[in-house]
Amino acid sequence: MKFKFGIKEVVAIGIGTALFVALTEIQIPTPIPNTYLQPRMAVMAFLAAVFGPVVGGVVGILGHALGDAMFYGSVWWSWVFPDGLVGLVIGLFAAKYAVKEGGFTSTKAIVLFNVVQVAVNAAAWMLLAPALDILIYAEPMEKLLSQGAAAFLGNILIIGILGTLLCAGYSKIGAKSSSLTKED
Amino acid sequence: MEPIIEFKDFSFKYRAQKEPTLRNINLSIMSGEKVLIVGPSGSGKSTLAHCINGLVPFSWSGEITGSLRIAGKNPADLGLFGLSKIVGTVLQDTDGQFIGLTVAEDIAFALENDMTPQEEMFRKVNEVAEMVDVKGLLDHAPRELSGGQKQRVSMAGVMVDDVKILLFDEPLANLDPATGKRAIAMIDQIREKRNTTIVIIEHRLEDALYRDVDRIIVVGDGRIVTDTTPDELLCGDILNRQGIREPLYVTAIKHAGGKISPKDKPQHIESMHLEPYAQKVREWFDRTEAKKPKADTPSVLKVEDLYFSYVEGRPILQHIHFDIHKGEMVSIVGKNGAGKSTLSNLICGFYEPTRGRILLNGQDMAPLSIKERGEKIGLVMQSPNQMISKPMIFEEVALGLQVRGVSQEEIGERVNETLKICGLYPFRNWPVSALSFGQKKRVSIASILVMKPEVLILDEPTAGQDYRHYTEIMEFLKEINENSGITIIMITHDMHLMLEYTDRAIVIADGHLIADDTPAKVLTNETIADKAYLKKTSLYDLALDCQIEDPSEFVERFIAYEREKRGKEDQGNG
Amino acid sequence: MAKILSYEEKDTWIHRLSGVTKLIFFLLWCLTSMLTYDTRVLVVMLIFSLVVFKISKTRWSQVGAVFKLVMVFLAFNVFAIYLFSPDQGTAIYGTRTVLFHIAGRYDVTLEQLFYELNVVIKYFTIIPAVFMFLVTTNPSEFAASMNKVGISYNVGYAISIALRYIPDVQSEFTKIKHAQEARGIEMSGKASFINRIKNTAAIIFPLIFSSMDRIDVVSNAMELRGYGKHKKRTWYMEKKLLRNDYLTIGFTMLFTAAALLITFADGSRFYNPFV
Ligand SMILES: Nc1ncnc2c1ncn2[C@@H]1O[C@H](COP(=O)(O)OP(=O)(O)OP(=O)(O)O)[C@@H](O)[C@H]1O
Ligand SMILES: Nc1ncnc2c1ncn2[C@@H]1O[C@H](COP(=O)(O)OP(=O)(O)OP(=O)(O)O)[C@@H](O)[C@H]1O
Ligand SMILES: [Mg+2]
Ligand SMILES: [Mg+2]
Repeated sequence: MKFKFGIKEVVAIGIGTALFVALTEIQIPTPIPNTYLQPRMAVMAFLAAVFGPVVGGVVGILGHALGDAMFYGSVWWSWVFPDGLVGLVIGLFAAKYAVKEGGFTSTKAIVLFNVVQVAVNAAAWMLLAPALDILIYAEPMEKLLSQGAAAFLGNILIIGILGTLLCAGYSKIGAKSSSLTKED
Repeated sequence: MEPIIEFKDFSFKYRAQKEPTLRNINLSIMSGEKVLIVGPSGSGKSTLAHCINGLVPFSWSGEITGSLRIAGKNPADLGLFGLSKIVGTVLQDTDGQFIGLTVAEDIAFALENDMTPQEEMFRKVNEVAEMVDVKGLLDHAPRELSGGQKQRVSMAGVMVDDVKILLFDEPLANLDPATGKRAIAMIDQIREKRNTTIVIIEHRLEDALYRDVDRIIVVGDGRIVTDTTPDELLCGDILNRQGIREPLYVTAIKHAGGKISPKDKPQHIESMHLEPYAQKVREWFDRTEAKKPKADTPSVLKVEDLYFSYVEGRPILQHIHFDIHKGEMVSIVGKNGAGKSTLSNLICGFYEPTRGRILLNGQDMAPLSIKERGEKIGLVMQSPNQMISKPMIFEEVALGLQVRGVSQEEIGERVNETLKICGLYPFRNWPVSALSFGQKKRVSIASILVMKPEVLILDEPTAGQDYRHYTEIMEFLKEINENSGITIIMITHDMHLMLEYTDRAIVIADGHLIADDTPAKVLTNETIADKAYLKKTSLYDLALDCQIEDPSEFVERFIAYEREKRGKEDQGNG
Repeated sequence: MAKILSYEEKDTWIHRLSGVTKLIFFLLWCLTSMLTYDTRVLVVMLIFSLVVFKISKTRWSQVGAVFKLVMVFLAFNVFAIYLFSPDQGTAIYGTRTVLFHIAGRYDVTLEQLFYELNVVIKYFTIIPAVFMFLVTTNPSEFAASMNKVGISYNVGYAISIALRYIPDVQSEFTKIKHAQEARGIEMSGKASFINRIKNTAAIIFPLIFSSMDRIDVVSNAMELRGYGKHKKRTWYMEKKLLRNDYLTIGFTMLFTAAALLITFADGSRFYNPFV
């Protein structure tokens, strides 16, 4: 696993965060009551899978904090950090998915990606988020758990669908070397 | 003295490509020289430039054979930073070049990285902002700039620091004629002031030659076809064979049967000795006749008293009104930032006009959704990046038909046909990301053409296109316009395109419609031309210098003659 | 797309403060209001942030839309808390003073009301701070000042790129949406669940792919113009830290310390008027 941090990563964080923030207001209501799909999560997962843990984590934290502030005028810190965690952990396995190198077309990579994302989402929204909420806002357990469950569901869904599609799609065009010739 | 740029048997193959994009290039450019690189779209010009500024291979990996030396050193040893001290680049894609939050910061970017003290930055930024005439925009955000304004800012951005080599990749692509002229003059000043080596890549050869260049290098399919002086080049027929437009006056003289010789200095119409040719040109003028005007048809697109502003109190368009008839080919011209693209967006319903109506076939379009308008009106946006939505070229062009539920085989047919017209057929199975800028632009044109809309709006269709593809596309447009009566509106900065293909020109300056007349009349009207930053083509000067009393008529006949000639050639081909 | 909170040029001493100063204030302020449930502290903070907000000359039109959103969110949250545990107040304050009975396990207790009042105040202490921070901080100057206090300029620049591109991405999003609609893809709100995802994907895909290209182009452009050449860099928009900055930072730190001391003096973060 390589955690290089160069200009590309800086720009990736910048533009990634911009994407995440701009997509904050795009929310798809689901048949499940008060559960929304957030495409921005899929985008973060994608960026993490391509650029690794640092980019994933920072985009998650910075993006969520900025997004909340700019759109909702308040920062819900106890949900900012779980987002970062998701990005970070998905990113840890970037080398394994090899999205850029066109490796994400293999079932193996896709399965790994989804196993990881489900696992880390569970940790983030069922454990970390409620824990922080209690620590910070001393809100009732039941409320927090049901909130967490909803977030968990929504996120594994959107990352599972859109996130996977994005990675696969990008992997497809990450043109394999020496493949392009003019045809008549 | 030794060359500052020296290619020896240099070849380069992009990682993704099977074939090399550059093939044994041998080229040396002396310090202080001013060199112009021309060649068909996709021939490898930008790639060549990227080899000089180090993006190849540091950013675009691939296989290099042969040797390249910049200022006597091997780029590999210098690295990108080492190179960035020597080479300054204005990228072809200006959207990407704009890094700062505001114009001022973007211009200052290079200085910031060089740890220049703030006061000095303020000074230098003002200085160059002055030069490229963006002083009024210093605190603007990039999104508030028009295509051409962006380009000027990115020029300023590289001019702030003293590099040995300045690299311009199609600096004129989005500039209005007058601004283009100024840009070229500006580049010349820089060179005189700092004795910088200048490399310009440009399709608009005639405009680029507005000031002397020492050499012109013609690139064709990854090879250097010729490397000679402008005067020599203009006398030969290499440009034609490579599908690059010669300066119009040169073409005209050749049509008239004149054999131009280098000693007559054909590089600029102003300084060229025309005496030997004047007689021939006059005779030719008398032989040929112009095309006849079109009959009148019902109105298809009518704009009534249109007002619009993005931000309160900063009106972009005011009291715009015109009426476009079925089957017309109309051009919208005007200087950078006049509001042309904005107007096209209003017609397509992307924005709500503050006041006024837009009627399609006599019906107010206000209630129509973008989608509904889209079925009648096709818009090719100025920047291909905003239109291209599929990773693969074929999918991209097919998209519009698919959502309209056209049958697979018909889609296949129509897409391939369109790809052929746009010269993209050989690339049909490529990812868009592997295309040159001009090729991308053509993809976006193809994706609209394929749907054969009733009204077609093209925002700078020929920006970054070489003459051959440009003519192919335009001739096709002409054809569908004549045969299936499609109405075509073109936003353009290319005066000859306007003259050659459109019956009418709508001129917008600073948000006001200042003229709506035949292109020829518009250009000959000094006040309008000046206000809208338009520029007469060299054919006028040629006509005048040859004592032809009616220059517009001369232009008309020139165009008619070319079309006829082209028609003959087509029959010749099959 | 929706209008978001963004910087507006004005000339108040708050605007003149350096970006870092405001960041430090903002973060410590959030921290305090997160940790404390001490009503006395919260009320003081509330008054203070309202005053600051007033001084910053922020007009309602700048923040109104967003404010309404927060209110909805807040109301929903307060209600949810009651729904899930109507006796949270009792759990915290120990006593149980029933005012009246609604149904089942749902009594309205004084403790519950008091607890939820605290939740509401907590919100109101944060909101003005956030607004103030966003509308009075010049993004470019912010990046510069972060670097000034020793944070790697990569961080600062990543943030300023983010701020630089948020509006771009938004308009890009709209443009792509338009381009897609113009080519016949229905984007209307009342599509089925699957179609909604499909439509969103139809915009997100091009958005992502063009963004990936842009990441390449931008990092190339930055490298070509010498970004990262040296350990340090100067900033066109830089502003020196002035007396007011040091005063503000000092005050903020003192206040935080004091607030936390008062809060936790009695070992509990809650101020309990019931015993
Ligand atoms: N990143 C890339 N990966 C693979 N192939 C590429 C890449 N960039 C360009 N090419 C190919 O190299 C060829 C030359 O591209 P280049 O951009 O140099 O053309 P150009 O002469 O600048 O054309 P234009 O005038 O349209 O800009 C094109 O056929 C293109 O398909
Ligand atoms: N989204 C926007 N928000 C605010 N102002 C804008 C926006 N887009 C364009 N403008 C401003 O509107 C004016 C017209 O822009 P437009 O792109 O229509 O010019 P144009 O005629 O197309 O110029 P060019 O020939 O350079 O493309 C410009 O001055 C530009 O600064
Ligand atoms: Mg090019
Ligand atoms: Mg335009």
